[in-house]
Amino acid sequence: MSDSINGPLLTRRALLKSSAVAGGGLVLGVNLTGCASSPPIADAGSLSPDAWLQITPDDRVIFQLDKTEMGQGVITSLPSLVAEELELDPGRIHIHLAPVHSRFQDPLQVTGGSTSIARRWEPVRQTGAAAREMLRAAAAERWDVPTAEIEVRDGVISHAASERSARYGELAEAAARQRVPQDPPLKDASAFRFIGRSVPRTDRVTKSTGEAVFGIDVGVNGAELPGLITAVVIRAPRFGAELQSFDGHTAREHPGVIDVFQISSGVAVLADGYWPARKGAEKVTARWSAGPIEHLDSASLEAAQRRALDEDSGRRVRNDGNFARAADAAERVIEAEYVVPHLAHATMEPMNCTAWMRNGTCDVWVPTQGPDIVQAVAAEAAKLPRDRVRVHSTLMGGGFGRRGIPDYAVEAVEIARLAGRPVKVVWSREDDMRHDFYRPATCNRLRAALGADGNVLGWEHRMVGPSIISNLVPDFLGALLPGWMPSGLTNVLGRAGGAVIRGRDSSSTEGAADLPYAIANVRVESLVHDPGIPVGFWRSVGHSQNAFVVESFVDEVAHAAGVDPVAFREQRLAGHPRHLATLRLAAEKADWGNPAPGRQQGVAVHASFGSYVTEIAEVSVENGRIRVHRVVCAVDCGLVVNPDIARAQMEGGIIFGLTAALKSHITLENGGVKQSNFHDYPLLRMDETPEIEVYFVDRDAPPSGVGEPGTPPIAPAVANAVYAATGQRLRRMPFTLDRA
Amino acid sequence: MIELEVNGVLREIDMPLDTPLLWVIRDGLRLAGTKFGCGMGLCGACTVHLDGQPVRSCLTPLSSAEGRRVTTIEGLGDGSSVATLHPVQQAWIEASVTQCGYCQSGQIMAAVALVDANPDPSDAEIDRALAGNLCRCGTYPRIRAAVRRAAELKRRGEAVVQTWDPAVAVAPVGGLPA
Repeated sequence: MSDSINGPLLTRRALLKSSAVAGGGLVLGVNLTGCASSPPIADAGSLSPDAWLQITPDDRVIFQLDKTEMGQGVITSLPSLVAEELELDPGRIHIHLAPVHSRFQDPLQVTGGSTSIARRWEPVRQTGAAAREMLRAAAAERWDVPTAEIEVRDGVISHAASERSARYGELAEAAARQRVPQDPPLKDASAFRFIGRSVPRTDRVTKSTGEAVFGIDVGVNGAELPGLITAVVIRAPRFGAELQSFDGHTAREHPGVIDVFQISSGVAVLADGYWPARKGAEKVTARWSAGPIEHLDSASLEAAQRRALDEDSGRRVRNDGNFARAADAAERVIEAEYVVPHLAHATMEPMNCTAWMRNGTCDVWVPTQGPDIVQAVAAEAAKLPRDRVRVHSTLMGGGFGRRGIPDYAVEAVEIARLAGRPVKVVWSREDDMRHDFYRPATCNRLRAALGADGNVLGWEHRMVGPSIISNLVPDFLGALLPGWMPSGLTNVLGRAGGAVIRGRDSSSTEGAADLPYAIANVRVESLVHDPGIPVGFWRSVGHSQNAFVVESFVDEVAHAAGVDPVAFREQRLAGHPRHLATLRLAAEKADWGNPAPGRQQGVAVHASFGSYVTEIAEVSVENGRIRVHRVVCAVDCGLVVNPDIARAQMEGGIIFGLTAALKSHITLENGGVKQSNFHDYPLLRMDETPEIEVYFVDRDAPPSGVGEPGTPPIAPAVANAVYAATGQRLRRMPFTLDRA
Repeated sequence: MIELEVNGVLREIDMPLDTPLLWVIRDGLRLAGTKFGCGMGLCGACTVHLDGQPVRSCLTPLSSAEGRRVTTIEGLGDGSSVATLHPVQQAWIEASVTQCGYCQSGQIMAAVALVDANPDPSDAEIDRALAGNLCRCGTYPRIRAAVRRAAELKRRGEAVVQTWDPAVAVAPVGGLPA
């Protein structure tokens, strides 16, 4: 690539060249040689004040990207934090996708919860500042001049009076001998050159030329993994069903098939490519037990949830005032029931993982949101201590929470252990759709007590659904516990931990318990009902359904009180200036109350992951079809580190939420998932995508997340606009209109 | 043994005739830019050109590609510089379209076929040409803008000139669109 585009040119070629010098053999962080490079990679003579950063004597600045890249842009935004303090164009920084390292664990080395920028904001800038100060101190010492007179700018250290200068690399070795300052001065925001500017995405070139290496691409275009083969796995047709027997004889005779054997999740078919593996798998016959939920379907699950709401009161997660008394005193009480379905993540890159066990070590190349979780479960599958397992994170073709769960890595390691050669497990779309960890289905009952003047006296929200955390903890708690603990013990602790957490999982009540509106009597109750469907974190987690439920019912209450929906919210958000600022900004930009002819507007306000968002949707309903024309989004995410990437995240979050509102759901049938591919789990398409405008509230508070907060408000904004257009209240996702 | 021309080079393929072109490209020719998304022609991630026309390579058996011209994302430019890339790729880079990037090879191949055939596509024509290409990250608004820009670049015979100058970049906050 030419230099006409600045920014780190993350081409394979460039990285191969640079990594040859670094000795780590890192290609986009994918250590294809498997050479053990003790993290963080610090070559002799390099300056490395902390694990994230290394400046080499040959003047390369290397950033260890500990957060993994799934499209959210950390590959650009995190290096720009270090670049800012280091006074260096972010385009000059080489990026390595980091290995597992204790410095990167807080407490897990996980990318999720829209936390990357918020958590790295201080330490990564401090790392850059420490390097800068150490370079200055080294220069002052070498040139025998006062440190205060040393300037640092664009990769050069200089002393104006004596007209001396040096590249960072030239002073790296001397700087490395300086004391690491514990509290280096950070730049004032007014002096920022990169933070707050739209530094272009560092991966935009390779992702536009096909050169970017995703997990599924590991070993495809090179000979780095000799003898790499492909495996597919035949998994249980129902959740909890166990493999009773299988016949792989015919499959083994299929041309290209290498082996067929059982692993913990099913039957693995190994072949010299994906197609022969898939064709071979079609020839395997497998018998499965009925399993514990053979008769479960979505309708019976919903009925069971309703029964639970009828019979039980649940855990009270908020109790302001006295709702019962408010309801008794009310002029009228309105109530509604809201239902949301299970949802699949449906990342465009199906789950996959490559593993190679040899000489008592295990290398795992994996598109993951949790490299140390992979390391922990891979060690168990490989029957090796954790320090013999090297995890090489790759770019991810989407994550959205799915890739925090390492089930596919366990498969790869189990297969590689038996195969004795490098193996890549590749899931089909059908595998991916039917073996996800789904966004939970929940049922919600709401009541609002209204006074004679339309004033809202009380609010009650009762919900039922599974607990994500208690679902996952028994399997994956091991990653949290020290590596020396015997696996039997971690399993026991995992189950015990799951039971403890089951009663306290806030991921199901987030966005409901923290209702921001000034209402005197608020009661929120949460019931756990878990029939055994695997559930997990899905972009914005509990907020994804609770914003829909809460902000739709707020709209119902506003209409019942006869107050404009924006005014109704404004009147009750006085104590929440950041919510209020986004509401006012969005209302102004959308010209609330004056939609284009033939369209209606709907509004929703929701805070999640430390950020505040209002979205106003402009819709029309034609021939029974909802068409979303325009979405205006106002967000307060504190200081905006990279406005263009933040805007892209809000756009993407809105489209992700629109897919859930308008298009897709998972249906349970006979204890398994009915949907299989994009024909019955449709995603929003380009011709259904509205114009999206994103506005930022000017705020210099520390930055908060943007990966998820765009998703929650869009479904209620659209539902509320549809109500304005048709008088129909949509209380079930995805939305369907009565034809009447 | 089947012969086909891939990115201008004649290749001999010794794989079963029912093998989808996608897996010929990835597992046989070791070109990783063409992606597997659904295996049923439903998502467009595997889009390549067959004699200049966009096809879903996951549904195209090797037998039906015999003697034909296959173009993958790797065949669009020589990669030596951004200026040699196709205007669609240049516009993609300029607009920072990509997020995770996984679907983008397919999106770009569909867009290239469109602007090669239609020098000035309308928004409706862009939507129609790309409606079969799914993107889970939601890059659609930028794709739409980039296709318009690519058509403009192509009409003018210009290459995009990209500079990143932190001194002049403006932080769009305070209620201004980013």
